[in-house]
Order: sequence, then C-alpha cells, then structure tokens
Amino acid sequence: MKSLKRSLNNKLMAAVFIVPSLFIFINVVLVPFVMGLIYSFTDWNGFKFAGSHFVGFTNYAQIFSDTKFMTAFGLTFKYAFFMIVFVNVIGLSLALLVTSKIKTKNFLRSVYFLPNLIGGLILGFIWKFVFTKFFVQVGDMVGSDSIFFDWLDHPTAAFWALVIVGTWQMAGYVMIIYIAAIQSISDEVLEAADIDGAGKWYRFRKIVFPLIMPAFTISLFLTLSGSFKQYDTNISLTGGGPYGSTELITMNIFNTAFNLNQYPLAQAKAIVFFLVILIVTVTQVVISKKREVEQ
Amino acid sequence: MKRTATRYRNIALEVCAWLLGIIMMLPIYIMIVNSFKGRKEIFTNTFGLPDSWSFAFYAKAMEKMNFLTAFKNSLIVTAISICLIIIFAAMTSWMLVRMNNKLANLILLVFVATMLIPFQSVMIPLMQYMSSWDIPAIGFSMVNTHYGLIFMYIGFGLSMSVFLYHGFIKGVPVALEEAAMIEGCNKWQTFWKIVFPMLIPITMTVGILNLLWIWNDYLLPSLTLSSPTLRTIPLSTFFFFGEFTIQWNLAMAGLVVSIIPVIIFYLFAQKYIIKGVMAGAVK
Repeated sequence: MKSLKRSLNNKLMAAVFIVPSLFIFINVVLVPFVMGLIYSFTDWNGFKFAGSHFVGFTNYAQIFSDTKFMTAFGLTFKYAFFMIVFVNVIGLSLALLVTSKIKTKNFLRSVYFLPNLIGGLILGFIWKFVFTKFFVQVGDMVGSDSIFFDWLDHPTAAFWALVIVGTWQMAGYVMIIYIAAIQSISDEVLEAADIDGAGKWYRFRKIVFPLIMPAFTISLFLTLSGSFKQYDTNISLTGGGPYGSTELITMNIFNTAFNLNQYPLAQAKAIVFFLVILIVTVTQVVISKKREVEQ
Repeated sequence: MKRTATRYRNIALEVCAWLLGIIMMLPIYIMIVNSFKGRKEIFTNTFGLPDSWSFAFYAKAMEKMNFLTAFKNSLIVTAISICLIIIFAAMTSWMLVRMNNKLANLILLVFVATMLIPFQSVMIPLMQYMSSWDIPAIGFSMVNTHYGLIFMYIGFGLSMSVFLYHGFIKGVPVALEEAAMIEGCNKWQTFWKIVFPMLIPITMTVGILNLLWIWNDYLLPSLTLSSPTLRTIPLSTFFFFGEFTIQWNLAMAGLVVSIIPVIIFYLFAQKYIIKGVMAGAVK
C-alpha cells in the first residue's frame, strides 16, 4: 500500500518536473511543425484551415518553377560557402593572434568579439550608412570609384556587402570557440615540438591543427546553419535589393507568405528549407567527425 | 640574436592585431561621430570628428523611437523568458537524467532532434495557431502580448537548454541527492536545495546563450507584436530607421542608443559571456 502510494507520488513528481516544459515545447514547436507539413500539401488560404483541399505535391512542384526562389536558393548556397571560408579563416587567425604572446590580447579579444553582441538587424543598419555614405565620400576623395562606390546599389557588390557584414558579425564568435580549443592544448606538447626543432608553420599544421579539429566541426556547423538562417542583416542592409537581387531563402519565404499571401507555397518552401538545412548540416558533421577520428 | 628576432615578431604581431581591431571598430566609430553631425557636415565629412558635440539628435531619436518604453519591454521579455527557460529546462533535464528509462530517452530525443528546425519552417502555422488561443471575454490573447511572446521564446529556447543541462547533469553524482532524500526531502526540495545550486556553471551558459539570442531577436516580435507600445528594441529600431533614413544623424543617434545597453552589459559581464560561449560550444 505504502509503496503504491510512493510510486504514485513519484509519477506525480515526474509529471510536475516534465509536463510544463513539454506542454510549451509541443505547442510552440511540434504542433506548428506538423501543421506546416500538412498545410504544404493543401490550398490553405492562410486563415481558416477548414475548407482547404488536399492538392498533393502541387505546391512543391510550383517551387521548382519559381525562378525567384531558385535564385534565392542558389544565392544562399553561395553566401553560405563564402561565409564558411571567411568566418573560419578570420576567426581562426584572430584566435591565433590573441593566444600568441602579444601584450594586449585580453583587450583585443573583447574588441573582436564585440560585433557579435550587436544584433544582426542593427549591424546591418550601421553598415548601410558605411556603404551608402562613407564609401561614396571616400570614393569622391580618392577620385576613383573602383572600390569606393555605393555597394548596395549594385547587385554583385551588394552580395559581397552581405558577406562582409556577416563575417564581421560571426568571426568573433568562432574565434572564441577556437581560443577554447587552442588553450586546451597542453604546453608540454608544444614545448616538445620546439625541442625537436619543429618550425612554427610545421608545428601549427602537424600539432595544433589536428588537435583543434573538434572546434573546427562545431565552428563549421555554426557558420553553416547560421548563414542558411540569415535574415536580419539581409532585411536591414540590402532589404533584398537592388531589384530583389540579394534575396536569401529566408526572405523569399517571408515575402511569399506575408507579402504575396501565398501561404501554402511559402510553407512548402519552408519545408524544403528545413530538409536542405538538415541534409547539409548532418553531412558536414558526419564528414568532420570522420576526419577527427582519422587525424 | 634569436631573442631580438622573437621580440620583433611579437611587435609585428601586436601591430597587426591592433590594425585588425581598428578596422573592425571603424563602422562603430563612423556611427558614433555621425550621430553628432548636422546635415551639411555629414554630406561633406563622414569620417572626421564632429564640429560640436551636441546631444540634440540623441534626445530627438530617443523620443521618436520611444526608447525608454522599448528598453523596458526588451528587459521584461528577455529577463522573464530567460528565468523561465532556466527553471523549466533545469527541472526537466534533471528528471529525465534520473528517470533514465525509455520514456525519458524518447522525450530527450524529441527535444534534441528538433534543434535543427529553422524558425521559418514553423512561423507561418505558429502565427495562425497562436492567434486561435484567444479568449476575448477576459482579454487573453497569445498574439500582441508580452506573455504570448515569452511563451513562444520558452518553446524555442527549451531544445538547446535541455540539451546543455542534460549533458551537464549526467556528470553530477547522485550521492548527495540520495542523502537528502533519506533525510526526508522530497524531490521538489531535493532539486531546489541540493541539485540546482550545483548547476550554476551551466545555468550561466544557458542564460548567456539565450540572452544573446532573445535580446537581439527581430523576426518573432515583428510577427507577434503589432502595438507600438509593446515594441522591443530591435523592433522599434527597425521602424525608426525606416522612417528616418534620410536624416542620417538622427538614425545614427538612434542606433547608438539601441546598442548602449548591450555595451554596458558587455563591460560588466564580459568574462561570463566569453565563458558561456566557450562552454556552450564544447557540447
């Protein structure tokens, strides 16, 4: 009898600890996700679901004939690619700088990390001024507009503006991850290499680099998913312009839903977007993990 | 001989590092100096220091963007969301680790597996679903209210937080908890008196990571909050900037004001922020 009561009590306690979280989580994430999955196969009008019809893969088929989406899709891949390269090369270089023997490393570390604290939206606005006003003025002063012109007014340059601002934002974050990895390498290993007469570059390539491979996996993952999900700097810096040439996937989904009111099509795009992120990031993590083991 | 070479190399490195730092801070500098300049001055000189340091644009920008209200809103939403995320995630994770049966593993799997779902994939149905939670008679509504927004932040913040807590709690020994239970504490008391204090390091990490995200988030509040008086800082910055892009000095002053809270927080909590990011990434 007593043990029955206790087991009931235990179950009740477990429920008190778990049910509130689960309730919120299910209603905010899981239910909308399943709803979205269903909606993407219907002609839902965005308001009442009752009265909507099942239309099979019509919305998904329409995605492929949506040239704007396909462009945004390609652009997002290009953006993610350059972000991965720049963010990680710069982030790792900054990490090496502030773990070297320079005197002001703590201060500089804080400076490098600072842009990351300012949200993507505000960062985009700051840079908007830099590109449209400061650049133009410098161009006038130098008397050449080959580099210093209004970048946001030119499709290719506007894309690179997005990459620059994105790098400026994320490099400090991955720097912290690389610093953690570099600091965990024991001094003895490095001293042993010095005694054996290993050069700096050799030491980096053969000892430091393999030991920070796990940090590499995480940083690649974060830059990859972060770049795919980029929305804030896109909307504040270029707003998708000029002439819709810098619209990334997230902005295309948003516009399809809330400006064009094509909700089921937008939802189908959102599901495709999820699958792409899933496939790309899982592939990346599996490959990186495999390399970690081999090293 | 070798020593001087190393010394020169260190000086070169230091110069490089400073140059990089200066380049990275350049946009911030440009934003600040132009927030003091008149229209004409911006037109001719965006780089130099301003002729006079007048805070007139600041006063006007703060008034136009309703800064104090926005700051209060951001503070309320962020602080309550983080506290509740910490409480719920810590309690749930601890129970899941200690139950350690099939059900617990399944629940954990559900939390963790959904971490990859991007916000865009759920936002459209979420808005429709949350607007249906609405009881006009008592004025209850999940959209256009702070508590509705907080509810959604908790939902989105739980995955990663449960994941981090779960990983940490697995390494916390059970012995102390068992001793407390023998002394007559029930699970509730054991958790709050014994377990929760031991979780402080990971609680800091969870708090910091959620703070960086929620404070700066723009998209979710832009979808749920329609009343101007409820706007958070990113939201009011967005509307303000759209309205005053022609008046760059005002726009810059507005931007400076909106990042001041972050900078002040950074000055005081820098150590914890960097530690939090490091610990969060190792998992």
